[in-house]
Amino acid sequence: MSDERRKWHERLNVTLWTLIIPPTVWAGHFLFSYLWAAISCAKEGAFAKFPTLFVAGTVLALAIILLSGWIAHRQTGMRGDSPPHDEGTEIDRLRFLAKSTLLLAGLSFVGVLFTALPVVFIGDCR
Amino acid sequence: MSLHDQDDPALRAAQEQRLRAVWEPPKGLFLRWSDTNNNQVGKWYVLTAFGFMLFAGVLALIMRTQLAAPDNDLVGPGTFNQLFTLHGSVMMFLFAVPMFEAVSIILLPQLLGARDLPFPRLSAFGYWSFLLGGVFVSGSIFFDAAPDGGWFMYPPLTTRTDLSGLGADIWMLGLSFIEVSSVAAAVELIVGVLKCRPPGMRLNLMPLYAWYILVVAVMILFAFPPLIAGDVLFEMERLLDWPFFDAARGGDPLLWQHLFWIFGHPEVYIVFLPSIALFAMLVPTFARRHLLGYPWIVLAAVGTAFLSFGLWVHHMFATGLPKISLGFFSAASEAVAIPTAVQIFVFIVTLWAGRVVWSTPLLYATGSLAIFVIGGLTGVMVALAPFDWQAHDTYFVVAHLHYVLIGGTLMPLFAGLYYYWPLVTGKKLSDRLGRIAFWLIFVGANLCFFPMHLSGLEGMPRRVFTYPEELGLGGLNLASTIGSFIIAAGVAVIVFDLCRSPWRKRAPRNPWQAGTLEWLALPEDENWGIRSIPLIESRYPIWDQQDFVRKVDEGRYFLPDAEEGRRETIITSVLDARPVSVIRLGGPGWKPMLTALALGGVFILTTYHLYWPALVCGVVTLAMVLWWLWTGTAEIPEKPCKPIGHGMELPLYISGSASPGWWAMFITMMADATAFSGLVFGYYFFWTRHEAFPPAGMTAAPGMTWPMVALALGLAGWLMTVAAREIHTRGGVGTARLLLVGGLATSIAGVPAGLAGPWLSGMDPTAHSYPAIVWTLAIWTCLHAAVAAIMQAYVLARSLAGRMTPHHDADIRNVTVYMHFFALTVVAAYATIGLFPEVA
Repeated sequence: MSDERRKWHERLNVTLWTLIIPPTVWAGHFLFSYLWAAISCAKEGAFAKFPTLFVAGTVLALAIILLSGWIAHRQTGMRGDSPPHDEGTEIDRLRFLAKSTLLLAGLSFVGVLFTALPVVFIGDCR
Repeated sequence: MSLHDQDDPALRAAQEQRLRAVWEPPKGLFLRWSDTNNNQVGKWYVLTAFGFMLFAGVLALIMRTQLAAPDNDLVGPGTFNQLFTLHGSVMMFLFAVPMFEAVSIILLPQLLGARDLPFPRLSAFGYWSFLLGGVFVSGSIFFDAAPDGGWFMYPPLTTRTDLSGLGADIWMLGLSFIEVSSVAAAVELIVGVLKCRPPGMRLNLMPLYAWYILVVAVMILFAFPPLIAGDVLFEMERLLDWPFFDAARGGDPLLWQHLFWIFGHPEVYIVFLPSIALFAMLVPTFARRHLLGYPWIVLAAVGTAFLSFGLWVHHMFATGLPKISLGFFSAASEAVAIPTAVQIFVFIVTLWAGRVVWSTPLLYATGSLAIFVIGGLTGVMVALAPFDWQAHDTYFVVAHLHYVLIGGTLMPLFAGLYYYWPLVTGKKLSDRLGRIAFWLIFVGANLCFFPMHLSGLEGMPRRVFTYPEELGLGGLNLASTIGSFIIAAGVAVIVFDLCRSPWRKRAPRNPWQAGTLEWLALPEDENWGIRSIPLIESRYPIWDQQDFVRKVDEGRYFLPDAEEGRRETIITSVLDARPVSVIRLGGPGWKPMLTALALGGVFILTTYHLYWPALVCGVVTLAMVLWWLWTGTAEIPEKPCKPIGHGMELPLYISGSASPGWWAMFITMMADATAFSGLVFGYYFFWTRHEAFPPAGMTAAPGMTWPMVALALGLAGWLMTVAAREIHTRGGVGTARLLLVGGLATSIAGVPAGLAGPWLSGMDPTAHSYPAIVWTLAIWTCLHAAVAAIMQAYVLARSLAGRMTPHHDADIRNVTVYMHFFALTVVAAYATIGLFPEVA
């Protein structure tokens, strides 16, 4: 199948670098949350009751993780022989990376939700 | 294969003769220590780390004897402080981390069907650094000068020279030296896993041990440098009185805690994951089936690695940080239980689905999982901030961490010891003694550490040298002491078993009937690593590929010969392991050891404030490194290509991102950039801790002019180097040399320009944390400018000496990688000290 006829999400082949996108997004969100809380508390003494910036950051992080998980999911489902996909072929290597990315996206999604929960329950800088 | 060249037995014998000659280790009482082959260096490394483990174990026994009864006076409080500090530090820095590096140096080339790792001399350098630093730190207790501030060395107790003696310097400088060797090992292992796999071993066929090692080595790159940054600040405070952690002068002791634990928590997983990796090798062998859920293990390893960097504040729950921050770290600490549990379930399911052979290694593996799970569950408890406030600094935490480390590191290593001993020595250990030792250690560990949960909850603080009888903790403590001696008895049985090994008969090849590549090793020691480098089509080639062992042994795969009398291995591509080139490896020599000695001199002499001799050692180190690089790297081969069999020809010289050297530079600079970001974090941390930073009334500031001049010079040097590389590739050697001269001049000019800001404004680094951190950022960046100048001069010299040509341009490509990172450092540093005060 030539590149022209493949959809864009199929052309974005998973690699070692894309494998770490979901957990990197988790890490970025975590760092963002920590800095957001630390700077709001240290410089303003409080954070707003409805922290718009924080909610926006969290939604963005979840969206990127979902997207990379979805792309990975599409690539695990590529046509070919039946499972288990553990052969030494290009397509199985791709499927393996896609499957791992999908699993990491799941973990990262849960991780971001975990990080967001304290903001729901703790409303101040005490 | 009837018409194959390798059918001729005479040819095969001649090839073996040549390989044996090339890989022959140096012999003789002195010469043997110049060896760099992974088999030898790996063995020294393992034995040394094991020795440090026994030493730290004895320290623990002395402590437990002291605590056996209330109001005991076997050792005094000062000695006790030294004992627990050294016990923790040695177990972590001189046993757990080096042991993983040591085991990997032995196993990884075997697992990957490589003749050796890509940088054998770097491994040897790492080993000698480790040995020297380790003996220096451990030996201090015999002079009553050991560090005594606990293994995490909290200031201000440890930074005030009136409260703590030489021990703190020995800890900081001795262990910094060992951190250098850990970063060296990380470089070696990452490049090894990514670039030295056998043809066909795509990422999805890689042994899981290699996956774990890749992940752990990357973790080292991001975990150790913050500690190095912390060490730098710490020693600046101790030696020069720069007040980073002194609250009276605008410092903050919590900064140290942050930097330490950004290292310290990932460290726990750095020592845990490689041990679990051993399970991933031995569980399939004894379940007699492929491991189930291969991508799940990758999920677990990568997921744990990331999450482990979001846990550090759970060591600081009791420091009074805002609860919202504690909430984030508590959440991540609970989340890390998910990937950890996933890998344990994968092992259980594989055993469940297989036909289990109850061998001694598997006994250790299952026993350690039981202990680890208990430690994991108490971990979930202390990850909850309110519970942690109750248990903090009590024996409950001691119990938790020992369950985790004994179950997650020590016992898996014993499993690996029994499993891999035949691979390394050709002889099996005794199953009977192994099982006796297992039960002693298993029972002893539970008897020693389970009561500590109770004594902790009843109020026994950690790190006290004795306790009064009225507390009613005598019984629990006595039980712990008895348990500790039972563990020691178990370890003694293992040591006895090891000592008897030389007199045992040889085991057959692949005694456990395993399916992975490392078991190709012959019981009779052959230093060539593997007879021919195979084409891999399965995760368990010995089980699945037809006639695999015979074909390897008869040299029917790749690179079965060493015609030119050089040590060689194949470099392949990262994702699909397509052969890219053949590289020549470094052979035996004294340079790694001498370089380690010189570098050791820098650290050790600084400890005793002998700055001039330390400086001399620094210059000698630099000279040694340059000599090593000049004579041993980026060598232009005598011919462009060589055949490796099956009609394939591979180049003997590669440069740029396909080459191991480029990756090594990239990885080293990632570590360097991480250390630098630790220092930058320090600046912004102080900013959040002060009403105004730079503090109001602090008139001395670097201003904008000089930092911007230095910034412009740094970027100019970077651009000229990049331009030189591009023009050089197109054949413009003369222009490239001119550009390098220009780059050299700007780098040199960058040093005074960078220092001019704080210098001309008369900033006094001992007055306040603000001038201290500005000076630190400026000095760090200027040192990097100086190194840039040395590198540019080196490349220029290589070009003039004819050792670098447009076709053989590895040197300039690698230096450009350095310059990219240098440019980032320059921007971050000078924007922070020059521009940030304007906007803050």
